[in-house]
Amino acid sequence: MSVLLYTILSLCILGIVLAVLLYFVAQKFRVDEDPRIDTVEGMLPGANCGACGYPGCRGMADALVIQTDISALYCPVGGATTMKAVSEFLGKAAPEREPEVAVVRCAGSCGLRADGSGPVRARRNIFDGARSCAVEAATYSGETGCSFGCLGQGDCVSVCEFDAIRMNPATGLPEVDDERCTACAKCVKACPKSVIELRRKGPKSRRVYVSCINKDKGGPARKACDAACIGCGKCVKVCAFEAISLENNLAYIDPVKCRLCRKCVAECPTGAIIEVGFPAKKEI
Amino acid sequence: MLKSFPKGGIHPPENKLSAGAAIVTLPLPAQVVVPLSQHLGAPAVAEVAKGDKVVAGQQIAKPGGFVSATVHSPVSGTVTAVDALPNGSGIKTPSVTIAVEGDDWAPEIDRTPNLIPECRLTGSEVVTKIAAAGIVGMGGATFPTQVKLSPPPGKKAEILIINGVECEPYLTSDHRVMLERGAEVLVGTTLLARALGVEKTYIGIENNKPDAIENLRLVSAELSRHVAGIEIVPLKVQYPQGGEKQLIKAVTGREVPSCALPIDVGCVVQNVGTALAVYEAVQKNKPLIERVVTVTGKSIATPSNFLARIGTPVSALIEAAGGIRAEGPVKIIGGGPMMGRAMSNPDAPVTKGTSGILVVDGKDAARCTESDCIKCAACTTVCPMGLEPWLLSRLAQKQMWDEAEAGVIVDCIECGSCAYTCPARIPLLDWIRLGKTEVNKIIRARLNR
Amino acid sequence: MDNKLIIAPSPHVFAPRDTTRIMGDVLLALLPALAVSAWVFGWGVLAVTIISASSCVVFEWLIQKFLLKGPATVGNLSAVVTGVLLAFNLPPTIPLWLVMLGAFVAIAVAKMTFGGLGRNPFNPALVGRVFLLIAYPVQMTTFAPLTATLSGIDAATGATPLALAKGILKDGGSVSDVMAQLNITDLVVGFKSGSFGEVAAAALLLGGLFLLVRKVISWHVPVAVLGTMAVFSAILWFVAPASYMPPMFHLLTGGALLGALFMATDYSTSPMTHKGGIIFGVGIGLLTIIIRLWGAYPEGMSFAILIMNAAVPLIDKYVKPSRFGAAKRRAQA
Repeated sequence: MSVLLYTILSLCILGIVLAVLLYFVAQKFRVDEDPRIDTVEGMLPGANCGACGYPGCRGMADALVIQTDISALYCPVGGATTMKAVSEFLGKAAPEREPEVAVVRCAGSCGLRADGSGPVRARRNIFDGARSCAVEAATYSGETGCSFGCLGQGDCVSVCEFDAIRMNPATGLPEVDDERCTACAKCVKACPKSVIELRRKGPKSRRVYVSCINKDKGGPARKACDAACIGCGKCVKVCAFEAISLENNLAYIDPVKCRLCRKCVAECPTGAIIEVGFPAKKEI
Repeated sequence: MLKSFPKGGIHPPENKLSAGAAIVTLPLPAQVVVPLSQHLGAPAVAEVAKGDKVVAGQQIAKPGGFVSATVHSPVSGTVTAVDALPNGSGIKTPSVTIAVEGDDWAPEIDRTPNLIPECRLTGSEVVTKIAAAGIVGMGGATFPTQVKLSPPPGKKAEILIINGVECEPYLTSDHRVMLERGAEVLVGTTLLARALGVEKTYIGIENNKPDAIENLRLVSAELSRHVAGIEIVPLKVQYPQGGEKQLIKAVTGREVPSCALPIDVGCVVQNVGTALAVYEAVQKNKPLIERVVTVTGKSIATPSNFLARIGTPVSALIEAAGGIRAEGPVKIIGGGPMMGRAMSNPDAPVTKGTSGILVVDGKDAARCTESDCIKCAACTTVCPMGLEPWLLSRLAQKQMWDEAEAGVIVDCIECGSCAYTCPARIPLLDWIRLGKTEVNKIIRARLNR
Repeated sequence: MDNKLIIAPSPHVFAPRDTTRIMGDVLLALLPALAVSAWVFGWGVLAVTIISASSCVVFEWLIQKFLLKGPATVGNLSAVVTGVLLAFNLPPTIPLWLVMLGAFVAIAVAKMTFGGLGRNPFNPALVGRVFLLIAYPVQMTTFAPLTATLSGIDAATGATPLALAKGILKDGGSVSDVMAQLNITDLVVGFKSGSFGEVAAAALLLGGLFLLVRKVISWHVPVAVLGTMAVFSAILWFVAPASYMPPMFHLLTGGALLGALFMATDYSTSPMTHKGGIIFGVGIGLLTIIIRLWGAYPEGMSFAILIMNAAVPLIDKYVKPSRFGAAKRRAQA
């Protein structure tokens, strides 16, 4: 019985002594922090994705509280609502930014077409190394004849923390889910071929863009891929708003100037210009 | 007890199928493509334009920087294009295309087979001639030779080592050169020694080439008046003995410090093919426009050693060796099976660094499915640099660059021993190579800041 | 040149040895010991071995198929190795349902919860064994006479040599009293009581040599374990020859050889470097002798290995292979 008593007693005393010790240590090494940082951190999405340029939401909250002008700070994940709430709480002007979304600029499907005919972009050899776009890009020009387009190993998919980008097994190309994509730009950085671009989401998620980054001349580009931009310049001529530029045999549509008239989509001989989010066409 | 390097190493099957095949001069192709970047460092700058007539041995491009090399026309004919063409990996590199017409050589080149053992030039004159001949390391690393022969101020070469190891399985080009051109190699070696001003010269040869060792010993005895001070060192067969750091350790016992160069321990290593090219450049005025290339593999009808002009398409070499006798997919490797690059474009040209073309098919060509790491530590045991491949590969895969740098990923010599030996078939080197590139970038950025 | 081309980064050749072949080699190396056990204890040990191995395979397959919903990798034989090693650590008379329970603990708790092959921190067979030893001490330490043994000799019953020694020495007896009851040839061949896989010293040594020759294991861990045990016990024996057993006794009894050659060398639960392996082995050797001499159990090999398993991540963090060119750099700096 006495053994039991001693055990309980000594443990209790030990506990009390340590608690007192801990209290003084905590007092001595206390760090005073602006309590607003905690609140702001709570308002942020908590994804810790680093899209804002800070190592995590805590770092961003810290910056939001400390900096007087927060116009350069933006959380793309939380978007306008979050930024508005944060700036109201802090009494600062809310930073504004057009919502963006990741866009895969390659339409070179390696799978068979709907009518069963050959692929848009045929695989010419077999890559047998580690399943990684980075490894493949460092090894050679890629499985298809196009040395610019998507390699299809899915580095963008594995890096996405929001499950917003997925590989389509039929085409071998990644597809972005507009609803889930937060424009954190992780996939943009992960892609060794720079296929993915952050683009204005557009009104009602409507966008027109060139889905190709092949800078080869028309002939070789066409030979490598049926959906390649061949740099013919027809879209440049048809555009009434001077939104399309042609550089290195490749057309680019400026999302700011584009008015979504879609004339270029109809004009493109290879179908490299893609429209997204429009209702099914009736007039044509 | 034969010398070798002490740490790690593997014994892949040697498969020297073409060891008995004498060097055959390959007929001229109809057209050659001469890349301007056949060496490490800055690409050469073209000095010819479309329509120009050239002769074999004529300079067509000048060095594009300090670490760069001159390029010469390997054939006579007309320049048909100067533009970017895909190399063996399908990546476009600036190249000069020449349509072959006849076989006229520049007049100053001595094409007779006479051996000229004497040389009256000074060391620096030899280096100048080597630079003018566009010679690069012909073992595959293609580092411009004149740069290696000019030690930075404050550093002095004491020992020259000629690399006749040829530790890569299958390859036999160096082996055949030592057998058939032994005298020229030895004279070339003395010229390299003169350029460096060194007293002691070794030729390291693995013991699986006893005929080459015997031949060089015989020839050096015959030429003893001209080639004094060259010691032939037989080495125990062990991969990667042809790696500079491993060879220096095996021959001299000196250990090149981490992140340092052989010259830091007073050593310079040159390939036997380079020694031959140096002989031809200095004594015969012949620039580097042709080289010995092994065409081999179990899918090749007659494994051969060819003397081919630079710029000849690889496919032409394969045809000359009887073509590919295999159904289904094959792997064409530029170089040996341990460090060579698989080619996606077989019409790419032979370059100064092409020591061999290896063609394999079926099970030899495909990798096995990767499974879980069983932590057997075989990769750590075989790593000749004493690294931890399993850890570095994981760190690279997870993009933990700081930790990879702490694990000295930059010391990796990419010999492939780890991936060769891994029982779980993990592509260790794929990831480590990626990590090494990335960490090197980070280090360079830090130094520039 | 119509063949399609395959592209991969170097290297392009691979050693023929893969995971399955390594596991197969381990199983081969265990065969002689199993044969001797069958001779000493009867066919029953084969039933225990088969039940243990097949239970391990089935549990692993079920977990991979239905819980993890991933690919089943039982084809690599690692579960068979775990099963056979577990069986080797059991008494020959153990009820078969206990064998299955041990197999479940080994595979489900010690191996698959950590992610399967190569990720488990503790040796699964030993976790299974220690679980049974603590939960069912009576069944695990009863070495009842078997029905008909193949050899016809009935030496392998009663207390194990270690238990015998511990008992006699505790009761004030001397080493010579213990040795009087033992026969060194029986210890070497395997006519002694104990877990059935650990008794055949000579056969285990043969299997270990096979693994060394095949380069499945390196000498560092076994030599460190056995060397430390020998040195430590030799010191004590020299100081007090009457009250401490000689080193030979320690090496030939209990799980010393099975543990040093087959358990401590388990890949995923031992250090990744040779230097680390030696530290690991010395730790096991010391702990084993300490537990044997002053612990509550007569045998300490299993506990020693499991304790040192816990130290492996720490050893791997601080013990690095000696790098090429590293010493020189330090000298220059």
